[in-house]
Amino acid sequence: MEPVLEIRNLNVDYGLGDRAVQAVRDVSLTLHKGEVLGLAGESGSGKSTLAYGMTRLLAPPGAITGGEVIYHPEQGSPYDVLALSDRALRQFRWAETAIVFQGAMNSLNPVHKISTQLTDVLKAHEPKLSEHSRNARAREMLKLVGISTDRMDAFPHQLSGGMRQRVMIGMALILQPQVVIMDEPTTALDVVMQRQILGQLIDLRERLGFSVIFITHDLSLLVEFSNRIAIMYGGRIVEEAPAATLYRDALHPYSKGLLGSFPALRGPRRELSGIPGSPPDLAGMPTGCSFHPRCPKAFEPCSTAIPVLGRPDIPDGAGRSVACWLHPAEQPVG
Amino acid sequence: MRYFLQRIAFYLFTAWAAVTLNFFIPRLVPGDPVQALISKYQGQLSTKSIQSLYVLFGLDKHQSLWQQYIDYWKQIFHGDLGLSFTFFPAPVSQVIGQALPWTVLLVGITTIISFTLGTGLGVLAGWRRGSWADGLLPVTTFFSSIPYFWLGIIAIYLLAGPDSFFPSSGGFDSELVPAWDQYFIPSAIQHSLLPALTILVSSVSGWILGMRNMMVTVSSEDYITVAHAKGLPERRVALSYAARNALLPSVSGFALALGFIVGGTLLVEIVFSYPGLGFTLLQAVGAKDYPLMQGIFLIITIAVLVANLLADVAYLLLDPRTRKEG
Repeated sequence: MEPVLEIRNLNVDYGLGDRAVQAVRDVSLTLHKGEVLGLAGESGSGKSTLAYGMTRLLAPPGAITGGEVIYHPEQGSPYDVLALSDRALRQFRWAETAIVFQGAMNSLNPVHKISTQLTDVLKAHEPKLSEHSRNARAREMLKLVGISTDRMDAFPHQLSGGMRQRVMIGMALILQPQVVIMDEPTTALDVVMQRQILGQLIDLRERLGFSVIFITHDLSLLVEFSNRIAIMYGGRIVEEAPAATLYRDALHPYSKGLLGSFPALRGPRRELSGIPGSPPDLAGMPTGCSFHPRCPKAFEPCSTAIPVLGRPDIPDGAGRSVACWLHPAEQPVG
Repeated sequence: MRYFLQRIAFYLFTAWAAVTLNFFIPRLVPGDPVQALISKYQGQLSTKSIQSLYVLFGLDKHQSLWQQYIDYWKQIFHGDLGLSFTFFPAPVSQVIGQALPWTVLLVGITTIISFTLGTGLGVLAGWRRGSWADGLLPVTTFFSSIPYFWLGIIAIYLLAGPDSFFPSSGGFDSELVPAWDQYFIPSAIQHSLLPALTILVSSVSGWILGMRNMMVTVSSEDYITVAHAKGLPERRVALSYAARNALLPSVSGFALALGFIVGGTLLVEIVFSYPGLGFTLLQAVGAKDYPLMQGIFLIITIAVLVANLLADVAYLLLDPRTRKEG
C-alpha cells in the first residue's frame, strides 16, 4: 500500500530548556492510502499532541523539537510538512489534511453563520471560485453529511451537538483532502450519535477515498472502525497492529490492559480488569519502559532500558510492531 | 422583534421613573428656589414680583402636587424646562442648548477616538502576545490610574502658559464671537486639544486592557484553532474570528460610555473651565439653580437610557445568540 503521511521520529516538547516536558517522543507512524489508522491511549499519553504536532497547530509553549512529517501529495513529490513556509503551510492545511476536533460544541464560531464558516475555507483556498459556486459546494457538503440545506443560514447555537459535529465533518471534506485527522470527534456526543456519525464517516471514506487518523481513548470504537491501531503510552507508541490482530492477540501488557477494560459485545464473558495505577507524569517519567511501574509482567530489564519499537519475535509477527521487553524487536522500525 | 419591543417598553418605564424622581426630589428638599432668588436679590423684590416668580417657576401654592406633576410633563413635552436662576431670565433649555454641543463634541469625539484607538491597540496586543505591544500596557495603566482631573491640572501646569500654544481655559478665544467661520473653529479646536488629550490619555488604556484580555481569552477557543487549521489567512483569523468575538463586551462598554458623554467628564470641564454641560452643572449647583440642575439631570438620564438602548441594539446585531426567535 502507498503511504500518504509518514511521521518519522517526531518529538514534541512543552516548554523550553531543562524544564521542558516531552509529550511526544520519537514517534514514527505511517498512514496508508484509504486506511483508517486508530490512535489510542489514556489521557495525557500524547495522542492529541501528536495530532497537533504533525499539523503544526501546537500553541506555545508546545514546540516540535525533532523529526519529519512527510506528506505524499496526489501529484508531485513528497515533502516535509514541518519544513513548509508559513504561506505554503496555509495552503497545505485543510486542502491536504483536515482535522475534526474534539470540542464539537466549540469548533464553530458562534457569531458567524454555518454558510460563512463553510465558504471562507473555499475563499481562502480557491479564490477564483464564484460566490454562487462556493455556496453550491457548501450546500453539497451539508447534504453529504445529512443536514438539510436550509440550515445554511443557521447559527451554530441553533444546531444540536450532533449536527454541529456533522457540519465540522462536512467542512473537513469540503476541499477533498487526502487525510482527515479525527481528534476524539465524538467524545462530546451520546453513544447512539457516536455510531451514527462514525458509520457515516466510514461510508464517506469509501466513496471519497480519503485516509483517516482516528484518535480516541475508546479502544472499542477503534476495534470496530479502524484498519490498524497504534497504542500510545507516555508519549511513545508501544504497539501497532492490524485492528483484528490487536483485538485478538495484543502483545504489550498495556494494550491488553486497555482491551480488558471494556466489555465485549459478543463472545464469551470475561472479567473486566482495568489497569492499576495512573498515567505517568510527563515531567517525571519512570526510567526504562515508562509502563513498568504499572505492568503486571515487569521483569529485570524493564526499569533500566527503554524497549525499542520493532517487529516482535513471534511466528506471525509480520505487519505489526511492539515495544516491550517480553517481545524484543527483531528489527527496529525506523 | 418581541425582545426589542420589550426592551423599548422597559426603557420607557425607566424614563418615566427618572422624570418622576426628577420632579419630586427638588420638591422634597426644604426651602424653595424663590427663597434662594429672594436672598440673591437681597430684598429688592416686591411682594408682587415674588408672587409672579412663584407662578413662573410653577411653585404657586394654589396648585396641588398632582396638578404640578401634570404640568411638569406638559412642559417637558414642549421642551420647556423652566427658567434658570443663574442665567435669569434665560430658559433652562436655552442654557443647556448652549452648553450641550461643547460637551458632546469634545467628549463625544474623544470617546470615539479613544475607543477606536484603544480597541485597535488591544487587538494587536492580544494577538501578538509577548511582543513589543505588551510593553504598552504598564504605561497606559499608569496613566489611567491617575485621576483625569489631576492629569488635567498637570497638563495645564506643564503645557499651558502665557506663551504656550495650548490655552489653559475656556472653549474659544474670548475675543471671538461663536460662529461657523474660519476664526472661531480653529480657536475652538485649539482650546479643546488639551482637555481632549487629558481624557484620551486616561481612558484609552481601559479599552486597550479590556480588548487585549478578551483577545487572549478568545484566542484559546477551539474555533480559533479550527480557523488556523482551515488555512485561513492570519488577518482573517485575527479579525473575523478572534477580534469579532472579543469585541462584544467592549461594544456594550462603548455604548455605555456614550451615555456618560453628556455628564461624565464634569471634572475635566471644571479644570479647563470648558463651557460644556459639566461646567454649567457646577455653576448650577453653586447657585442652587434647581431648574437648571433638574434639566441637566434629565438630559443625562435620557442620554444614559438612549445609550443603553443602543448597547442592546448593538448586541442584537453583533451576537446572534442574543436574538430570540418566536
